[in-house]
Amino acid sequence: MMRFRRLYGAGPGHLLVLLAGFAVAGYAAQLLLDDPSALRILVWFVAVAVVHDLVLFPLYSAADRVVTTVSGRVRRARVPVVNHVRLPLMGAGLTLLVFLPGIIRQGEETHLAATGFDQQPYLGSWLLLVAVLAGVSALLYLLRWAHAAATGSR
Amino acid sequence: MTETDTAPPVGGDLRAGPRFRSPIRGPWLTAVLGVVLLVGLPVVAVTGLLDYVAYGAGQQIPAEVGLLRPPDFVFPLDPPWLFRLTQGVHVGLGLVLIPVVLAKLWSVLPALFASPPVRSAAHLLERLSLLLLVGSILFEIVTGVLNIQYDYVFGFSFYTAHYLGAWVFMAAFAVHVVLKLPSAARALRSRSLRTELRTPLSRTRPEEGGGDLVADRPAAPTVSRRGALAVVGGGSLLIGALTVGQTVEPLRPLAFLLPRGRVPDGPPGNDFPVNRTAAAAGIDPSAVDPGGWRLELTGGPAPVLLDRARLLAGGPELPLHTATLPLACVEGWSAVRTWTGVRLRDLAAVAGVAAPTAAIVTSFDPGGFGRAALPGARVLHPDSMLALHVEGHDLSLDHGFPARIITPSTPGVQCTKWVRAIDFRTT
Repeated sequence: MMRFRRLYGAGPGHLLVLLAGFAVAGYAAQLLLDDPSALRILVWFVAVAVVHDLVLFPLYSAADRVVTTVSGRVRRARVPVVNHVRLPLMGAGLTLLVFLPGIIRQGEETHLAATGFDQQPYLGSWLLLVAVLAGVSALLYLLRWAHAAATGSR
Repeated sequence: MTETDTAPPVGGDLRAGPRFRSPIRGPWLTAVLGVVLLVGLPVVAVTGLLDYVAYGAGQQIPAEVGLLRPPDFVFPLDPPWLFRLTQGVHVGLGLVLIPVVLAKLWSVLPALFASPPVRSAAHLLERLSLLLLVGSILFEIVTGVLNIQYDYVFGFSFYTAHYLGAWVFMAAFAVHVVLKLPSAARALRSRSLRTELRTPLSRTRPEEGGGDLVADRPAAPTVSRRGALAVVGGGSLLIGALTVGQTVEPLRPLAFLLPRGRVPDGPPGNDFPVNRTAAAAGIDPSAVDPGGWRLELTGGPAPVLLDRARLLAGGPELPLHTATLPLACVEGWSAVRTWTGVRLRDLAAVAGVAAPTAAIVTSFDPGGFGRAALPGARVLHPDSMLALHVEGHDLSLDHGFPARIITPSTPGVQCTKWVRAIDFRTT
């Protein structure tokens, strides 16, 4: 048993659980062997993970670092500004990600066939939503600032 | 670790330092997000499988799934809103959990770049299982999100990929839960949630102990842990608010970024979402003109032809029946309406079939969903009908004029529109 642990790096239960998981996943994958689009599915499967880890994550981290750095420069402000920039940006990013097809009008033909509508309104609606998120955040900032000015620093 | 150690480089250093510097990242935060997903994702998986069951034996897509088949039972017809509930929860909860999944991935990302990359055979296998886990959850989210917006850019069968991807996910998820439950439980005990919820930014400190997740040189906190959790919850609330209108009528305008936030203006009574327009289905208006249209009933001693006037005439043989039933689509939207028409079981009697065990409905729609097989229980249910009116008005052409099937707790695609014939079977 100690020998197994030294060679493998964990107990036999660990290996059993993993093998069972791989077996089920492999069984699901082999059902696709005769499917002409199997390769396409595999590419998408790997691509979504790679794009998230190596594109999306570095992008939003870099954006966040820029926001923190720039708002750090106004550090003497009575109320830190960073989260009032960050939150509407996150809301905009999240909704862009989830509702992207409509916003960039991708799949217009199937959308029209399925619903009877084109995708024209989505971009405008999304921009309005972003404006509302930014506006509410700015308003809250002003209120907090006014409150701090009235009570805090005297 | 003292206060000075955690002090950030002045002015937010962009050049040097480790890549991961968040002071709130750590096993506790990861475990809290993990618990939310541990509860939520199985619900999404199970409701997805129930939706597959609801399509009924012989009509499930994909058909060839070997052993990866949920138990084959006839999806319950009562309560009539059961399918509306399962598909609404599957799509709605799936969308609402997206911010939690993204936050969870953010919280564990340093582990991806841990060094050394492989510590042992066990570590290598576990990392491979994590690729399956992350790949499959993102694959399920991406294909699902694209499907409900009718964007088929991926170019493969949504049904097949989403169904088999779900099994890869369920396998990888189960492995992850078994392997990580002990350390997650330990992490959860390391801090008190109640205390965290009372800890403001000014008293927020990095988690104790090392590990891959806790930053070596954390930056100054800009948000407390409770703040971070509120941000994730707020993201879920935002997505939820933008989605719920797909299925809750008065809130429909809130789904303004989704196809099912919009409904046709009319004609009267027909202001609910259309799935597949008459134009897209290639319906020839002359074929469904009430002057020439006849419903053909087969399966009895001889075919029976009924025109629309006869169907609407009522009488003891074919009384008009009215019921309030949801029309619910597997893509996550639904609408509850009051339908009037003739019961399928009465039509079977008129056709001369006393105890049908199934009915095959065919439509003027030549597409894949222009034919549906209804199991016997669905044919005989007292609210199952061939609907002619909705909310007291004629069905619009896009909603299936001259007649469509409406049955309780049924996937929308099996509520066949533009019905041409019904074949009642007894075997």
